[in-house]
Amino acid sequence: MQLFLFWCAALLMLVFGVAVILNRNPVASALSLVVSFLGLATLFMMLDAYFIGIIQVLVYAGAVMVLFLFIIMLLDLRAENLRKINWPATAGGAVVAFVFLIQVLSVIGRLTDAKKTFPPLARSTIDDVRNVGVTLFTNFNFPFQVIGVLVLVATIGVVVLSKRELANK
Amino acid sequence: MITLGNYLTVSAMLFTIGFAGVMLRRNIVIILMSLELMLNAANLSLVAFSRFHVDLRTSLPNYNAQVFVFFIITVAAAEVAVGLALIVALYRARRTTHVEDLTTLKF
Repeated sequence: MQLFLFWCAALLMLVFGVAVILNRNPVASALSLVVSFLGLATLFMMLDAYFIGIIQVLVYAGAVMVLFLFIIMLLDLRAENLRKINWPATAGGAVVAFVFLIQVLSVIGRLTDAKKTFPPLARSTIDDVRNVGVTLFTNFNFPFQVIGVLVLVATIGVVVLSKRELANK
Repeated sequence: MITLGNYLTVSAMLFTIGFAGVMLRRNIVIILMSLELMLNAANLSLVAFSRFHVDLRTSLPNYNAQVFVFFIITVAAAEVAVGLALIVALYRARRTTHVEDLTTLKF
């Protein structure tokens, strides 16, 4: 039963991930990305990482995707009209991606841990936001503050970049 | 039963989809979405390893990896915001989001 649910979520994620790169219409791509992220959040929850799963839905399916859709509509991007496809470049890209996949899968095939199942937990981790928080504020207190500065810099950078320049001079 | 290898395989496939998107698509917005797919594939394998390496003392998952995923999500959100602001600035100057029209830096 669990295996069935796992493959349902994984297939949902992968099929809509492919839809992201195959759709010609950017809005359809963005909405496929939302569904793909929801499948990923399901996988996180199946791994007993409830906090990460909820963050995934809130931050990615919520905030980041709204940003993407907002920009698509702001720039008024339409479905691309077909251009002449550069076949050698396209084939080269597809081959590189395929070779990469084969290589990673062969590494996973040789990993002895990859054939083991997950060890059982002592209790449910449905309250894992506490454990994540304790780890975050004790072991990773300094990186946490650095990330705060990073977000501040990004905010200022975005405002500077998207400010319309007043008539030159 | 579900093994660690199942999760790693799915993660590798998701990463390859994102990688192929960056290589094949010519629209900058779609390329940024493919980058997000790749970051999320890395997150999936991190969480799988976190669940796999159960702490012997407390018998709970290894939360260091989950904190790392938290940081990755934060950085990715900041990156998307900056990337989209760059695209807006670029579109204002050049009226295009197609990478083949942006060849000023091409060697």
